[in-house]
Amino acid sequence: MTASNQILPPPTERYTILNWLRKNLFQNWLSSIVTLVMLYVIFVSLRGILVWTLTEGQWQVIIANLRLLMVGQYPLQQIWRIWIAVGIFGALIGLSWGLWIRQKLAATLITLGGPFLLALLPVDTATRLTWVGVGFITAAGFGLARVFPRFLRRIVLVAWLVYLPVVLLLVRGWTAENGPIPTVGTNIWGGLMLSGLIAAVGIILSFPIGAALAIGRMSRYPLISAFCVVYIELIRAVPLITVFFMSQTMLPLFLPSGFNIDPLMRAMTAFTLFNAAYMAENVRGGLQAIPKGQHEAAAALGLSSFQSLRLIILPQALRNILPILTASVIGSFRDTSLVMIVGLLDFLGIARVVLAQPQFLGRHIEVYIFLAFVYWLISYIVSYIGQMIEARTGVDATRR
Amino acid sequence: MRKILFVMVILSVLLAACAPAATPAPAPAATTAPAAAPAATAATGNAAVKPTGFGDILKGVLARGKLKCGINPSNPGFSVIDSTGAASGLDIDMCRAVAAAVLGDPKLVEFVPTTGDTRFTMLQTGDIDVLIRSTTYTFTRDTDLGLNFAPPYFYDGQGIMVKKASGFTKLEDLNGASICMGRGATTELNLADAMAAKKLKYTASLFDNPDDVFSTFEQGRCDAMSNDKSGLIAQRSMAKNPDDYVILDVTLSKEPLAPVVRQGDDQWYDIIRWTEFALWIADEKGVTQANVDDTKAKSQDAELQRLLGVNGEMGAKLGLKNEWAYNLIKSVGNFDEIWQRNLGPTTKTAIQRGINNQWTKGGLLYAMPLR
Repeated sequence: MTASNQILPPPTERYTILNWLRKNLFQNWLSSIVTLVMLYVIFVSLRGILVWTLTEGQWQVIIANLRLLMVGQYPLQQIWRIWIAVGIFGALIGLSWGLWIRQKLAATLITLGGPFLLALLPVDTATRLTWVGVGFITAAGFGLARVFPRFLRRIVLVAWLVYLPVVLLLVRGWTAENGPIPTVGTNIWGGLMLSGLIAAVGIILSFPIGAALAIGRMSRYPLISAFCVVYIELIRAVPLITVFFMSQTMLPLFLPSGFNIDPLMRAMTAFTLFNAAYMAENVRGGLQAIPKGQHEAAAALGLSSFQSLRLIILPQALRNILPILTASVIGSFRDTSLVMIVGLLDFLGIARVVLAQPQFLGRHIEVYIFLAFVYWLISYIVSYIGQMIEARTGVDATRR
Repeated sequence: MRKILFVMVILSVLLAACAPAATPAPAPAATTAPAAAPAATAATGNAAVKPTGFGDILKGVLARGKLKCGINPSNPGFSVIDSTGAASGLDIDMCRAVAAAVLGDPKLVEFVPTTGDTRFTMLQTGDIDVLIRSTTYTFTRDTDLGLNFAPPYFYDGQGIMVKKASGFTKLEDLNGASICMGRGATTELNLADAMAAKKLKYTASLFDNPDDVFSTFEQGRCDAMSNDKSGLIAQRSMAKNPDDYVILDVTLSKEPLAPVVRQGDDQWYDIIRWTEFALWIADEKGVTQANVDDTKAKSQDAELQRLLGVNGEMGAKLGLKNEWAYNLIKSVGNFDEIWQRNLGPTTKTAIQRGINNQWTKGGLLYAMPLR
């Protein structure tokens, strides 16, 4: 204890903008020239994009089709169901933020202000008011979490677990046409909602399957490990697009006639099974990084192999693979755009639909810029949340 | 090393096991075709002998209360979805006509988006009841895939578009020209055949993306572009000045677009065929949405009386209500009304009726007599 007190922290440099500029951009004449040239290139290209975006782009195509792009052909009278899902999501985000990530002020402000920012979009008043409502719900969740942190922790975790099934049920509906929650066929699900649902189902379900496969692959029993190895290697040797094609065009031919699985269900299953193989390898990486001593120590304490897995190995392994997990979540989200090829109208698919509208023919650039922006925004948010969780669980501290 | 070997062995065994299972995938569809064919011929001889599968699709549609119609969600003029989520287009209205004939209400249809790759499988497996997706009627599709094509409702063909300023008017003018087109065997081959037949030389520029074809052509980097005529018209309509472009009066290929059903249910096949014929008879005889009630009450034309259910039990012969044709004309209109709504001169995707007119006006649409 005394020894560590005598170790001095490394000398810190005075961190001014001028210092930083000199050190990073204008160290010598060569780096100064490179800096200036690069600045000019960035300026020219950015100016081109900005001028085009602000003056030439005809954004009416996005404004008019915002609903189509977000929820596809989901019937207008039933959209409140999606709003409820969004509201619950906002509340859960607010609660979780308040419980676990509240330290970062700027990020907290952006999270809580997000729904209000969305209310500024050029949409109708009702939609704006709804976003403001979602904003208040999020803020209320955050406030509640600050007041009753102990009480809420378990409840929020359980709520996250049941969130997706509840949303799927709500979006699909269960009563007849004239009932209060009529069934909405998956053929008219679409837009960003569909991409989000496919990604969420694929990522969340693939995690336990992947973990099981990873553990199975390292199993002592040859049959189990052989099965897992074959599954993982077979799936990983095939492009996702082939898996989708198999699920949409070949699988139905093998099924007995009259036994039809919904095309969306087929796509979601294919996506989950595909992701599980990659997830398995991520988890295996984490498992193998745990030193053998940990297993042995657990055994010495008298823990069964299941107990040691649950209490000792998995918690460490999962923490280790958080960065790669974030990366694969982002990758999976973007991979969902491939379902367009099998005829599902996800975010990209519905964009093609928008581009075919006679009054908006030829508006490709606007639509694709919007798409790219939304994909970037969501990926960035996921990446940021990943960093927050990493910081929270101390991945940074142990690794640096 | 041993482990790797073991994995390799397992993998190769699995692949070997998979390969024979995977290759005959289209087989179930192909094998049903010959099996159903003799049964179908038998049915024509004796009305009491019904082939297997006869009536199944209609039963399914009636039980479900909805028609499942396979469409292309992004094909200007034929099937588009507007910003409110509502579908419109020639293909869409054909689907609605079938729904109106079968279920009495054009709204009782589920539009199922399909792609060029998934459409036939979805039909074979019953994901959709009928495919109305600008699908070209060809020999192989009709025979090999176990499908049946109803009469074409749109006779398309590959055409050539040039700039008006160029002064080109016929194929011979394009000797030595550069022609832009989409990559894909038929477009290239049709043009190559046509040019070779007239001993004309040209340079082909191929693109994967149809939009690139037009933008390259628009920038003047090629003298002409080739595509299906309906596609050319849609692409011309998105130009800044559509009047600067001319579609030559040349047709390089036959692309008859027809509704498709799966083989083995002749009743359903008949329903689709006679839905089209009903639309055409109404077009030929000038029965419109507006005057159909009047016609039904007053017309002395025996065929129209049978069509609208005044005389005879025509609907029952199809397994439908007697007002089947009345319903579809009343709610969707005749074929010309559908055309004008989606491809008429007031739309952005205007296409001349041309060969798609009634036979009485020099076109190819010819409804069989309803008697």
